[in-house]
Amino acid sequence: MDPSLPWLILLAPLVSAITILLFAHRSKALSVALSLGAVFISLIGTLLVFGKDPALTASQFSWITAGPSLHLVIGLKVDALSKVMLLVVTSIGALVHVYSTVYMADDAAKARFFGSLSLFMFSMLGIVLADNLAMMFIFWELVGVSSYLLIGHWFTKESAAKAANKAFITNRIGDFGFMSGILLVWANVGSVDLSEIASRISQLTENPYLLAAAGLCLFCGAVGKSAQLPLHVWLPDAMEGPTPVSALIHAATMVAAGVYMLARIFPILSPSPIALGVIAAIGALTALAAALMATQQDDIKRILAYSTLSQLGLMVAAIGVGSWAAAMFHLFTHAFFKALLFLGAGAVIHALHHEQNIWRMGGLRSSMPRTFATFAIGTLALTGFPLLSGFFSKDTILLAAYHQNKGVFAAGLLTSLLTAFYMTRLFVVAFLGTPRSESAGHAHDCAEAMTVPLMILAVLSVIAGYEFFSKSLFGEPFFEHIHSIHHASIVPTLAITVFAIGSVAGFLLYSGKSEEPVKNPFATLFAHRFYVDELYAALIAGTQDLLAAISAWVDQYLVDGLLVRGLSTATWGAGYLFRLLQFGNLQGYAFLFGAGVVALLYILIK
Amino acid sequence: MNSLTLNNYLLASGLLFTLGFAGVLLRRNIIIIFMCLELMLNAANLSLVAFSRFHLGADGLPNYNAQVLVFFIITVAAAEVAVGLAIIVALYRARQTTHVEDLQSLKF
Repeated sequence: MDPSLPWLILLAPLVSAITILLFAHRSKALSVALSLGAVFISLIGTLLVFGKDPALTASQFSWITAGPSLHLVIGLKVDALSKVMLLVVTSIGALVHVYSTVYMADDAAKARFFGSLSLFMFSMLGIVLADNLAMMFIFWELVGVSSYLLIGHWFTKESAAKAANKAFITNRIGDFGFMSGILLVWANVGSVDLSEIASRISQLTENPYLLAAAGLCLFCGAVGKSAQLPLHVWLPDAMEGPTPVSALIHAATMVAAGVYMLARIFPILSPSPIALGVIAAIGALTALAAALMATQQDDIKRILAYSTLSQLGLMVAAIGVGSWAAAMFHLFTHAFFKALLFLGAGAVIHALHHEQNIWRMGGLRSSMPRTFATFAIGTLALTGFPLLSGFFSKDTILLAAYHQNKGVFAAGLLTSLLTAFYMTRLFVVAFLGTPRSESAGHAHDCAEAMTVPLMILAVLSVIAGYEFFSKSLFGEPFFEHIHSIHHASIVPTLAITVFAIGSVAGFLLYSGKSEEPVKNPFATLFAHRFYVDELYAALIAGTQDLLAAISAWVDQYLVDGLLVRGLSTATWGAGYLFRLLQFGNLQGYAFLFGAGVVALLYILIK
Repeated sequence: MNSLTLNNYLLASGLLFTLGFAGVLLRRNIIIIFMCLELMLNAANLSLVAFSRFHLGADGLPNYNAQVLVFFIITVAAAEVAVGLAIIVALYRARQTTHVEDLQSLKF
């Protein structure tokens, strides 16, 4: 393989981003053309990479050399894992770019949007291709920046600006852990290079607690970026960004970067049962909690956002039960059907003039047949309808969990049940029945540039789970991992059962309804997302109030009181005391003077 | 003549000094206080002369150092009287009083 090919894939979007943001932002058409061109160069490059030598580290450049042990390089690693991820990122990226040309057609800042999109593509490809943790961290931060820019694309809307800040700040917490983890690994292994860490991991395994600490610190980065509990709060708010952004960044690629990173550092995690246990627990909890929250949301994008959270939780739990292959497999299929669902939701929102409440939709089946059909495929793939992609990949995770950790298995099953339930609810309410608002009545399918990506993604959502398709991408060694999980016929049976129960329950409960029929304290709890946001807000407000009170006290009493007024009062008081000695009686002074002399004489003569 | 000893002189000097000091402490008229101050100085002069007279040197002469000091005191006292009386005259012109208890403008 030409070693410059990976560099081409990586740098094409960067060139586009720089050109657009610095020079071409006045011309919308030129910006769109540049951005589209760049993403298609990356896509074609990725397709060329396939079928070549499976493992290849592209040429490395020395970046920082300081002292005997610090040697950072900029290098690209193209192996089976990164090739699959490359394909996911570039193919969905290309479809989203095409889709955005229509979705953002009337946007005043279209050039800035496409520039940021190119910047995101560059950052995300950097994470995928990075061959060492330091470089991965840099691109990790860059996707954070581009995510911030794109969530806040409509920054004049206060909620969008706030959501962008929230995403950025929440990610800082996770990234701090990520950085600590990198430093821990570097301090103990002496390298940040992924392959070197894997080969020298025995230096770290001697101390199980240090190993667990390093693994969990790195996991913190994934908790932030993949929005796991307790840092999940930013992702639903990130839906303030334009819908194509939600599809690309907050469903298919960036949020999956956490899972990809965990699969990359799996050699650090796998020898540590402590780290794996924590990861499995957090993943399972996130999957379950997010699925519960999703059942009571009314905003179509928020439902999908919670669904993404929940599916990411499943992937993280798969890592936690030791099956990185299952996690990557689900990441792969999930990227397609979740991007499809988001783009479908975007088509609906676009057709209904920015209506996002599912209770104001309805009856879109006849007016938007293409969107309806593709959305149906996406829904079935996500909910685990047999023989669609989600069914296979979720099954793999459930199987892995079934053998390793029954708790995670139970959480996964329950999550699948809830997923089937809330997705059926969304689908039935938004697409079936009769139109419940004027705009829903006048809706019609969008332009080809929006429906064609939907159809391509629908096809991919169907076939992505089949081995003939995915094996050609992942390669043979990957499927050895998948096949090494013992089959247990109870797992698919249970999975199909919960799918059927969830879907039927959702259909029966919501069919023909025009408002939320479920009203009980639990539903309120789910609708308010377990009050986690309120809790955080109260915690942060409380902490701030406390800090403010302490600093106010310090300012008022220590600075003002002791330093400023204390000094002046002490001076004044001393003056007052000494002034009392000057009583102003001439004879009194003379008497005191005489008495003093007498006393002195007495002391001297005695 | 021999019946007078140093103690007699010192006693007289002490009495004079005490009288002067009592006058300074007790009288309110600033001129009287001033005169009493002079009395105290002269009491000191008397004791110095007595010391000079009774502490003879090895050659049988009195110690003249003390007498020189007396002349200094007389000179300084004269200068002091000149300045002090001038101040008192100025004070009287300004305040029409020589009574110390009436002078309170600097009092806290």
